[in-house]
Amino acid sequence: MAEKKTIDARGTYCPGPLMELIAGMKMASVGDELEVLSTDEGSAKDIPEWINKVGHQVVSTTEANGTWHVVVRKMK
Amino acid sequence: MRILIVGGGMGGTILANNLARRLKGELKANKAQITMLSASDKHMYQPGLLYVALGRMAPDELYRDQASLLEPGIQFHADPVEEFHLDKNHVKTKSGKTFNYDLIAIATGSRAVPEEIPGLAENSINVYTEEAALKFFKTINEFKGGRIVIATGVPHKCPMIPPEVTFTLYDFFKDRGMLDKVSFHYCYPIGRLHSLEPVSKWMQGEFNARGITTETLFNMKEVDGAKKVVRSEEGSEVKFDLLVAVPAHKGMQVVEKNNLGKGGWIPVDRNRLTIEGHKNAFALGDTTNIPISKAGSTAHFEAEALAENLASIVKIGTPVRDYDGKVFCFIEAGKDRATYAMFNYNNPPDPKPPTKSIHWFKMAYNQLYWASARGLL
Repeated sequence: MAEKKTIDARGTYCPGPLMELIAGMKMASVGDELEVLSTDEGSAKDIPEWINKVGHQVVSTTEANGTWHVVVRKMK
Repeated sequence: MRILIVGGGMGGTILANNLARRLKGELKANKAQITMLSASDKHMYQPGLLYVALGRMAPDELYRDQASLLEPGIQFHADPVEEFHLDKNHVKTKSGKTFNYDLIAIATGSRAVPEEIPGLAENSINVYTEEAALKFFKTINEFKGGRIVIATGVPHKCPMIPPEVTFTLYDFFKDRGMLDKVSFHYCYPIGRLHSLEPVSKWMQGEFNARGITTETLFNMKEVDGAKKVVRSEEGSEVKFDLLVAVPAHKGMQVVEKNNLGKGGWIPVDRNRLTIEGHKNAFALGDTTNIPISKAGSTAHFEAEALAENLASIVKIGTPVRDYDGKVFCFIEAGKDRATYAMFNYNNPPDPKPPTKSIHWFKMAYNQLYWASARGLL
Protein backbone atom coordinates (compact mmCIF):
# COMPACT_ATOMS: atom_id res chain seq x y z
CA MET A 1 0.00 0.00 0.00
CA ALA A 2 1.34 3.42 -1.00
CA GLU A 3 2.52 5.62 1.85
CA LYS A 4 2.87 9.37 2.30
CA LYS A 5 6.02 10.58 3.97
CA THR A 6 7.12 14.07 4.96
CA ILE A 7 10.71 15.26 4.66
CA ASP A 8 11.12 18.30 6.86
CA ALA A 9 14.13 20.13 5.39
CA ARG A 10 13.14 23.56 6.68
CA GLY A 11 16.09 25.69 7.72
CA THR A 12 18.71 23.26 6.50
CA TYR A 13 21.44 24.13 4.03
CA CYS A 14 23.48 20.98 3.61
CA PRO A 15 22.74 18.53 2.10
CA GLY A 16 19.55 20.50 1.37
CA PRO A 17 15.96 19.67 0.40
CA LEU A 18 16.60 18.12 -3.03
CA MET A 19 19.38 15.89 -1.73
CA GLU A 20 17.10 14.79 1.12
CA LEU A 21 14.39 14.00 -1.40
CA ILE A 22 16.77 11.94 -3.55
CA ALA A 23 17.75 9.96 -0.44
CA GLY A 24 14.09 9.59 0.54
CA MET A 25 13.14 8.37 -2.94
CA LYS A 26 15.61 5.51 -2.64
CA MET A 27 13.83 4.23 0.46
CA ALA A 28 10.32 4.75 -0.94
CA SER A 29 8.21 2.29 -2.92
CA VAL A 30 6.62 2.93 -6.32
CA GLY A 31 3.40 4.87 -5.76
CA ASP A 32 4.53 6.46 -2.48
CA GLU A 33 4.11 10.22 -2.07
CA LEU A 34 6.81 12.33 -0.48
CA GLU A 35 6.16 15.85 0.73
CA VAL A 36 9.23 18.06 1.05
CA LEU A 37 9.01 21.05 3.40
CA SER A 38 11.57 23.69 2.49
CA THR A 39 12.28 27.29 3.41
CA ASP A 40 14.44 27.62 0.29
CA GLU A 41 12.40 29.16 -2.52
CA GLY A 42 14.75 27.43 -4.99
CA SER A 43 13.16 24.10 -4.02
CA ALA A 44 10.02 25.08 -5.94
CA LYS A 45 12.14 25.02 -9.09
CA ASP A 46 14.93 22.51 -8.56
CA ILE A 47 12.80 19.69 -7.12
CA PRO A 48 10.36 19.63 -10.08
CA GLU A 49 13.32 19.92 -12.48
CA TRP A 50 14.89 16.74 -11.07
CA ILE A 51 11.57 14.91 -10.66
CA ASN A 52 10.68 15.54 -14.32
CA LYS A 53 14.13 14.62 -15.58
CA VAL A 54 14.23 11.30 -13.75
CA GLY A 55 10.62 10.39 -14.59
CA HIS A 56 8.73 10.73 -11.31
CA GLN A 57 5.64 12.94 -10.83
CA VAL A 58 5.11 16.33 -9.20
CA VAL A 59 1.75 16.22 -7.42
CA SER A 60 1.66 19.79 -6.12
CA THR A 61 3.78 22.80 -5.21
CA THR A 62 2.41 25.32 -2.72
CA GLU A 63 3.73 27.98 -0.37
CA ALA A 64 2.41 28.95 3.05
CA ASN A 65 4.04 31.22 5.63
CA GLY A 66 7.47 31.03 4.03
CA THR A 67 7.47 27.24 3.73
CA TRP A 68 7.32 25.51 0.35
CA HIS A 69 5.43 22.22 0.24
CA VAL A 70 6.44 20.13 -2.75
CA VAL A 71 4.59 16.83 -3.05
CA VAL A 72 5.94 14.21 -5.46
CA ARG A 73 5.09 10.63 -6.33
CA LYS A 74 7.60 7.86 -7.02
CA MET A 75 6.76 6.40 -10.43
CA LYS A 76 9.43 3.76 -11.05
CA MET B 1 21.54 7.23 37.01
CA ARG B 2 22.98 4.74 34.50
CA ILE B 3 23.98 6.34 31.18
CA LEU B 4 24.76 4.03 28.29
CA ILE B 5 26.57 5.30 25.18
CA VAL B 6 26.51 2.99 22.19
CA GLY B 7 29.24 3.75 19.68
CA GLY B 8 32.85 4.81 20.17
CA GLY B 9 33.30 7.14 17.21
CA MET B 10 33.66 10.88 17.35
CA GLY B 11 30.14 11.61 18.64
CA GLY B 12 30.07 8.88 21.29
CA THR B 13 33.58 9.63 22.53
CA ILE B 14 33.15 13.40 22.85
CA LEU B 15 29.79 12.83 24.52
CA ALA B 16 31.23 10.37 27.04
CA ASN B 17 34.22 12.56 27.95
CA ASN B 18 32.27 15.81 28.14
CA LEU B 19 29.65 14.09 30.27
CA ALA B 20 32.22 12.48 32.57
CA ARG B 21 33.74 15.87 33.33
CA ARG B 22 30.34 17.42 34.00
CA LEU B 23 29.40 14.52 36.26
CA LYS B 24 32.73 14.15 38.01
CA GLY B 25 31.17 14.50 41.46
CA GLU B 26 28.25 12.21 40.69
CA LEU B 27 30.58 9.52 39.27
CA LYS B 28 32.78 9.71 42.36
CA ALA B 29 29.78 9.48 44.67
CA ASN B 30 28.37 6.56 42.66
CA LYS B 31 25.27 8.59 41.82
CA ALA B 32 25.95 8.28 38.09
CA GLN B 33 27.52 5.64 35.89
CA ILE B 34 28.72 6.05 32.30
CA THR B 35 29.20 2.95 30.17
CA MET B 36 30.35 2.91 26.54
CA LEU B 37 29.84 -0.05 24.21
CA SER B 38 31.71 0.00 20.92
CA ALA B 39 32.26 -2.39 18.05
CA SER B 40 36.03 -1.89 18.28
CA ASP B 41 38.75 -1.27 20.85
CA LYS B 42 40.36 1.12 18.33
CA HIS B 43 39.29 4.66 17.44
CA MET B 44 39.80 5.83 13.86
CA TYR B 45 40.26 9.44 12.77
CA GLN B 46 38.10 9.06 9.68
CA PRO B 47 38.94 12.38 7.96
CA GLY B 48 42.53 11.12 7.76
CA LEU B 49 41.48 8.52 5.20
CA LEU B 50 41.63 11.18 2.46
CA TYR B 51 45.32 11.70 3.21
CA VAL B 52 45.98 7.94 3.27
CA ALA B 53 44.34 7.77 -0.16
CA LEU B 54 46.77 10.42 -1.42
CA GLY B 55 49.85 8.82 0.17
CA ARG B 56 50.23 11.65 2.67
CA MET B 57 49.44 9.71 5.86
CA ALA B 58 50.20 6.15 6.91
CA PRO B 59 47.19 4.07 7.99
CA ASP B 60 48.56 3.51 11.51
CA GLU B 61 48.49 7.29 12.09
CA LEU B 62 44.68 7.11 12.03
CA TYR B 63 44.25 4.99 15.15
CA ARG B 64 44.40 5.25 18.93
CA ASP B 65 43.29 2.76 21.57
CA GLN B 66 39.72 3.74 22.43
CA ALA B 67 40.27 3.21 26.16
CA SER B 68 43.18 5.67 26.11
CA LEU B 69 40.87 8.46 24.90
CA LEU B 70 38.31 8.09 27.67
CA GLU B 71 38.10 9.95 30.98
CA PRO B 72 38.66 7.87 34.11
CA GLY B 73 35.36 6.60 35.42
CA ILE B 74 33.92 5.67 32.01
CA GLN B 75 33.36 1.94 31.78
CA PHE B 76 34.38 0.83 28.30
CA HIS B 77 33.58 -2.48 26.61
CA ALA B 78 34.53 -3.45 23.05
CA ASP B 79 31.34 -5.45 22.73
CA PRO B 80 28.92 -4.31 20.01
CA VAL B 81 25.21 -4.09 20.70
CA GLU B 82 23.10 -6.56 18.74
CA GLU B 83 19.68 -5.94 20.28
CA PHE B 84 18.13 -2.66 21.37
CA HIS B 85 15.11 -2.94 23.67
CA LEU B 86 14.23 0.72 24.08
CA ASP B 87 10.86 -0.08 25.68
CA LYS B 88 12.58 -2.14 28.38
CA ASN B 89 15.63 0.11 28.87
CA HIS B 90 18.24 -2.47 28.04
CA VAL B 91 20.47 -3.69 25.23
CA LYS B 92 22.06 -7.06 24.53
CA THR B 93 25.58 -7.35 23.16
CA LYS B 94 27.44 -9.75 20.91
CA SER B 95 29.05 -11.45 23.93
CA GLY B 96 25.58 -12.16 25.33
CA LYS B 97 25.63 -9.57 28.10
CA THR B 98 22.65 -7.38 28.99
CA PHE B 99 23.20 -3.73 29.87
CA ASN B 100 20.39 -1.86 31.64
CA TYR B 101 20.21 1.92 31.53
CA ASP B 102 18.25 4.97 32.58
CA LEU B 103 19.48 7.11 29.65
CA ILE B 104 20.87 5.86 26.35
CA ALA B 105 22.65 7.68 23.50
CA ILE B 106 23.17 5.89 20.21
CA ALA B 107 26.05 7.00 18.01
CA THR B 108 26.78 4.04 15.79
CA GLY B 109 27.61 6.06 12.65
CA SER B 110 27.19 5.20 9.00
CA ARG B 111 28.84 3.11 6.28
CA ALA B 112 29.46 3.49 2.58
CA VAL B 113 27.42 1.07 0.47
CA PRO B 114 28.97 1.09 -3.03
CA GLU B 115 27.65 -2.46 -3.48
CA GLU B 116 24.11 -1.08 -3.79
CA ILE B 117 24.87 0.35 -7.26
CA PRO B 118 25.47 -2.52 -9.71
CA GLY B 119 29.11 -2.54 -10.81
CA LEU B 120 30.22 0.36 -8.64
CA ALA B 121 32.20 -1.47 -5.96
CA GLU B 122 34.22 -3.47 -8.52
CA ASN B 123 34.93 -0.60 -10.89
CA SER B 124 35.62 2.44 -8.72
CA ILE B 125 37.78 3.72 -5.89
CA ASN B 126 36.74 5.62 -2.78
CA VAL B 127 38.17 6.92 0.48
CA TYR B 128 35.74 5.60 3.08
CA THR B 129 37.60 2.68 4.71
CA GLU B 130 41.27 1.95 5.35
CA GLU B 131 41.19 -0.82 2.76
CA ALA B 132 39.49 1.47 0.22
CA ALA B 133 41.91 4.33 0.87
CA LEU B 134 44.92 2.05 0.31
CA LYS B 135 43.37 0.73 -2.91
CA PHE B 136 42.74 4.36 -3.92
CA PHE B 137 46.41 5.26 -3.49
CA LYS B 138 47.68 2.17 -5.29
CA THR B 139 45.32 2.88 -8.19
CA ILE B 140 46.25 6.55 -8.66
CA ASN B 141 49.91 5.73 -8.11
CA GLU B 142 49.84 3.37 -11.09
CA PHE B 143 47.44 5.41 -13.25
CA LYS B 144 49.04 6.24 -16.59
CA GLY B 145 46.49 8.79 -17.70
CA GLY B 146 42.98 9.16 -19.08
CA ARG B 147 39.61 10.48 -18.06
CA ILE B 148 38.94 10.66 -14.32
CA VAL B 149 35.26 10.81 -13.41
CA ILE B 150 34.17 11.80 -9.91
CA ALA B 151 30.60 10.68 -9.15
CA THR B 152 28.64 11.14 -5.95
CA GLY B 153 25.86 9.11 -4.32
CA VAL B 154 23.18 10.22 -1.87
CA PRO B 155 23.34 10.48 1.09
CA HIS B 156 27.07 10.53 1.76
CA LYS B 157 29.32 11.15 4.72
CA CYS B 158 31.26 14.42 4.65
CA PRO B 159 29.71 16.71 2.04
CA MET B 160 33.09 18.28 1.31
CA ILE B 161 34.62 15.04 0.03
CA PRO B 162 33.44 15.50 -3.61
CA PRO B 163 35.26 18.85 -4.05
CA GLU B 164 38.18 17.84 -1.82
CA VAL B 165 38.89 14.61 -3.65
CA THR B 166 38.69 16.45 -6.98
CA PHE B 167 41.01 19.31 -6.00
CA THR B 168 43.55 17.11 -4.23
CA LEU B 169 43.62 14.57 -7.08
CA TYR B 170 44.18 17.42 -9.52
CA ASP B 171 47.20 18.56 -7.50
CA PHE B 172 48.42 14.96 -7.16
CA PHE B 173 48.69 14.60 -10.93
CA LYS B 174 49.92 18.18 -11.33
CA ASP B 175 52.85 17.41 -9.02
CA ARG B 176 53.64 14.35 -11.14
CA GLY B 177 53.67 16.45 -14.30
CA MET B 178 50.73 14.49 -15.70
CA LEU B 179 48.12 17.19 -16.29
CA ASP B 180 48.57 16.73 -20.04
CA LYS B 181 47.68 13.06 -19.64
CA VAL B 182 44.60 13.34 -17.41
CA SER B 183 41.25 15.08 -17.59
CA PHE B 184 38.63 15.50 -14.87
CA HIS B 185 34.85 15.22 -15.15
CA TYR B 186 32.78 15.94 -12.03
CA CYS B 187 29.24 14.56 -11.68
CA TYR B 188 26.89 15.67 -8.90
CA PRO B 189 23.35 14.58 -7.92
CA ILE B 190 21.61 17.97 -7.82
CA GLY B 191 21.48 20.90 -10.25
CA ARG B 192 24.72 22.56 -9.11
CA LEU B 193 28.23 21.50 -8.05
CA HIS B 194 27.63 21.36 -4.31
CA SER B 195 24.66 21.26 -1.97
CA LEU B 196 25.81 24.59 -0.47
CA GLU B 197 25.16 27.24 -3.11
CA PRO B 198 28.08 29.53 -2.13
CA VAL B 199 30.45 26.55 -2.21
CA SER B 200 29.05 25.59 -5.60
CA LYS B 201 29.69 29.07 -7.02
CA TRP B 202 33.23 29.08 -5.66
CA MET B 203 33.86 25.59 -7.09
CA GLN B 204 32.65 26.66 -10.55
CA GLY B 205 35.35 29.32 -10.75
CA GLU B 206 38.04 26.93 -9.52
CA PHE B 207 36.89 24.23 -11.96
CA ASN B 208 36.89 26.70 -14.87
CA ALA B 209 40.47 27.69 -14.05
CA ARG B 210 41.52 24.02 -14.09
CA GLY B 211 39.49 22.90 -17.09
CA ILE B 212 37.42 20.47 -15.02
CA THR B 213 34.17 19.62 -16.83
CA THR B 214 30.93 18.92 -15.01
CA GLU B 215 27.55 17.23 -15.23
CA THR B 216 24.80 17.96 -12.73
CA LEU B 217 21.58 16.08 -11.96
CA PHE B 218 23.60 12.87 -12.21
CA ASN B 219 22.60 10.07 -9.83
CA MET B 220 24.48 6.84 -10.41
CA LYS B 221 22.31 3.93 -11.53
CA GLU B 222 24.85 1.33 -12.71
CA VAL B 223 28.45 0.94 -13.81
CA ASP B 224 29.45 -1.14 -16.82
CA GLY B 225 33.03 -2.18 -16.11
CA ALA B 226 33.57 -3.75 -19.55
CA LYS B 227 32.55 -0.62 -21.43
CA LYS B 228 33.92 1.69 -18.71
CA VAL B 229 30.77 3.77 -18.47
CA VAL B 230 28.67 4.94 -15.56
CA ARG B 231 24.96 5.45 -16.26
CA SER B 232 22.65 7.77 -14.37
CA GLU B 233 19.06 7.55 -13.17
CA GLU B 234 18.47 10.61 -15.35
CA GLY B 235 19.35 8.66 -18.51
CA SER B 236 22.86 9.87 -19.34
CA GLU B 237 26.06 7.88 -19.77
CA VAL B 238 29.60 8.99 -18.89
CA LYS B 239 32.79 7.27 -20.04
CA PHE B 240 35.69 6.93 -17.65
CA ASP B 241 39.18 5.52 -17.41
CA LEU B 242 39.21 5.92 -13.65
CA LEU B 243 35.99 6.19 -11.64
CA VAL B 244 36.28 7.94 -8.28
CA ALA B 245 33.13 7.34 -6.26
CA VAL B 246 31.68 9.11 -3.28
CA PRO B 247 29.30 6.22 -2.56
CA ALA B 248 25.92 6.54 -0.95
CA HIS B 249 25.82 5.73 2.76
CA LYS B 250 23.47 3.93 5.11
CA GLY B 251 23.23 3.78 8.87
CA MET B 252 24.57 0.69 10.59
CA GLN B 253 22.84 -2.64 10.02
CA VAL B 254 22.10 -3.08 13.73
CA VAL B 255 19.83 -0.01 13.56
CA GLU B 256 17.81 -1.45 10.70
CA LYS B 257 17.71 -4.95 12.19
CA ASN B 258 16.20 -3.51 15.38
CA ASN B 259 13.66 -1.46 13.40
CA LEU B 260 14.96 1.80 14.85
CA GLY B 261 14.94 3.59 11.51
CA LYS B 262 14.65 3.07 7.78
CA GLY B 263 18.00 3.05 6.01
CA GLY B 264 19.67 2.80 9.41
CA TRP B 265 18.83 6.43 10.23
CA ILE B 266 17.11 6.94 13.59
CA PRO B 267 14.35 9.58 13.66
CA VAL B 268 15.12 12.20 16.32
CA ASP B 269 14.03 15.67 17.33
CA ARG B 270 16.38 18.05 15.52
CA ASN B 271 17.00 20.23 18.60
CA ARG B 272 16.89 17.82 21.54
CA LEU B 273 18.15 14.70 19.69
CA THR B 274 15.49 12.63 21.46
CA ILE B 275 14.54 9.44 19.62
CA GLU B 276 10.90 9.59 18.53
CA GLY B 277 8.69 7.89 21.12
CA HIS B 278 11.40 7.51 23.77
CA LYS B 279 12.04 10.31 26.28
CA ASN B 280 15.18 8.70 27.71
CA ALA B 281 16.79 7.68 24.40
CA PHE B 282 18.89 9.90 22.16
CA ALA B 283 20.89 9.60 18.95
CA LEU B 284 23.62 11.76 17.48
CA GLY B 285 26.07 12.00 14.61
CA ASP B 286 25.55 10.20 11.33
CA THR B 287 23.06 7.88 13.05
CA THR B 288 20.20 10.40 13.04
CA ASN B 289 17.74 11.23 10.27
CA ILE B 290 18.21 15.00 10.79
CA PRO B 291 18.55 16.61 7.34
CA ILE B 292 21.98 18.10 7.97
CA SER B 293 25.54 17.15 7.01
CA LYS B 294 26.76 13.73 8.01
CA ALA B 295 30.12 14.92 9.27
CA GLY B 296 32.40 14.69 12.26
CA SER B 297 31.76 18.29 13.19
CA THR B 298 28.00 17.65 13.30
CA ALA B 299 28.61 14.79 15.72
CA HIS B 300 31.01 16.98 17.71
CA PHE B 301 28.59 19.88 18.22
CA GLU B 302 25.64 17.57 18.84
CA ALA B 303 27.70 15.72 21.45
CA GLU B 304 28.48 18.94 23.30
CA ALA B 305 24.80 19.92 23.43
CA LEU B 306 23.69 16.43 24.40
CA ALA B 307 26.35 16.13 27.12
CA GLU B 308 25.09 19.33 28.69
CA ASN B 309 21.51 18.06 28.51
CA LEU B 310 22.22 14.58 29.90
CA ALA B 311 24.23 16.09 32.75
CA SER B 312 21.34 18.45 33.45
CA ILE B 313 18.87 15.58 33.48
CA VAL B 314 21.04 13.90 36.13
CA LYS B 315 21.51 17.09 38.17
CA ILE B 316 18.16 18.91 37.86
CA GLY B 317 15.89 16.46 36.08
CA THR B 318 15.52 18.33 32.78
CA PRO B 319 17.53 19.22 29.65
CA VAL B 320 18.59 22.85 29.32
CA ARG B 321 19.56 23.62 25.74
CA ASP B 322 18.90 22.96 22.07
CA TYR B 323 21.35 21.80 19.42
CA ASP B 324 21.24 24.68 16.91
CA GLY B 325 22.32 22.76 13.81
CA LYS B 326 25.93 23.97 13.98
CA VAL B 327 28.30 22.45 11.44
CA PHE B 328 31.89 23.44 10.62
CA CYS B 329 33.62 21.82 7.66
CA PHE B 330 37.12 22.39 6.36
CA ILE B 331 37.37 22.29 2.56
CA GLU B 332 40.75 21.28 1.13
CA ALA B 333 41.09 23.21 -2.15
CA GLY B 334 44.19 21.33 -3.25
CA LYS B 335 47.40 20.16 -1.65
CA ASP B 336 48.19 23.44 0.12
CA ARG B 337 45.10 25.69 0.25
CA ALA B 338 41.85 25.33 2.15
CA THR B 339 38.75 27.17 3.21
CA TYR B 340 35.79 26.27 5.43
CA ALA B 341 32.02 26.41 5.68
CA MET B 342 30.25 27.12 8.96
CA PHE B 343 26.48 27.24 9.33
CA ASN B 344 23.54 26.30 11.53
CA TYR B 345 19.76 26.00 11.20
CA ASN B 346 19.36 29.77 10.95
CA ASN B 347 22.51 31.04 9.28
CA PRO B 348 23.76 29.95 5.85
CA PRO B 349 27.48 29.44 5.18
CA ASP B 350 29.63 32.16 3.67
CA PRO B 351 32.88 30.48 2.61
CA LYS B 352 35.90 32.71 2.01
CA PRO B 353 38.60 32.28 -0.65
CA PRO B 354 41.01 29.46 0.25
CA THR B 355 44.30 30.27 1.94
CA LYS B 356 47.46 28.42 2.92
CA SER B 357 46.93 29.28 6.58
CA ILE B 358 43.57 27.49 6.72
CA HIS B 359 45.17 24.47 5.04
CA TRP B 360 47.86 24.42 7.72
CA PHE B 361 45.21 24.77 10.41
CA LYS B 362 43.51 21.72 8.94
CA MET B 363 46.85 19.89 9.05
CA ALA B 364 47.20 20.90 12.69
CA TYR B 365 43.64 19.77 13.39
CA ASN B 366 44.53 16.32 12.06
CA GLN B 367 46.63 16.04 15.25
CA LEU B 368 44.46 18.24 17.49
CA TYR B 369 41.60 15.84 16.78
CA TRP B 370 42.79 13.60 19.57
CA ALA B 371 42.32 16.47 22.02
CA SER B 372 38.90 17.05 20.47
CA ALA B 373 37.91 13.41 20.98
CA ARG B 374 38.98 13.67 24.59
CA GLY B 375 36.54 16.57 24.86
CA LEU B 376 39.28 19.14 25.45
CA LEU B 377 38.87 21.21 22.27
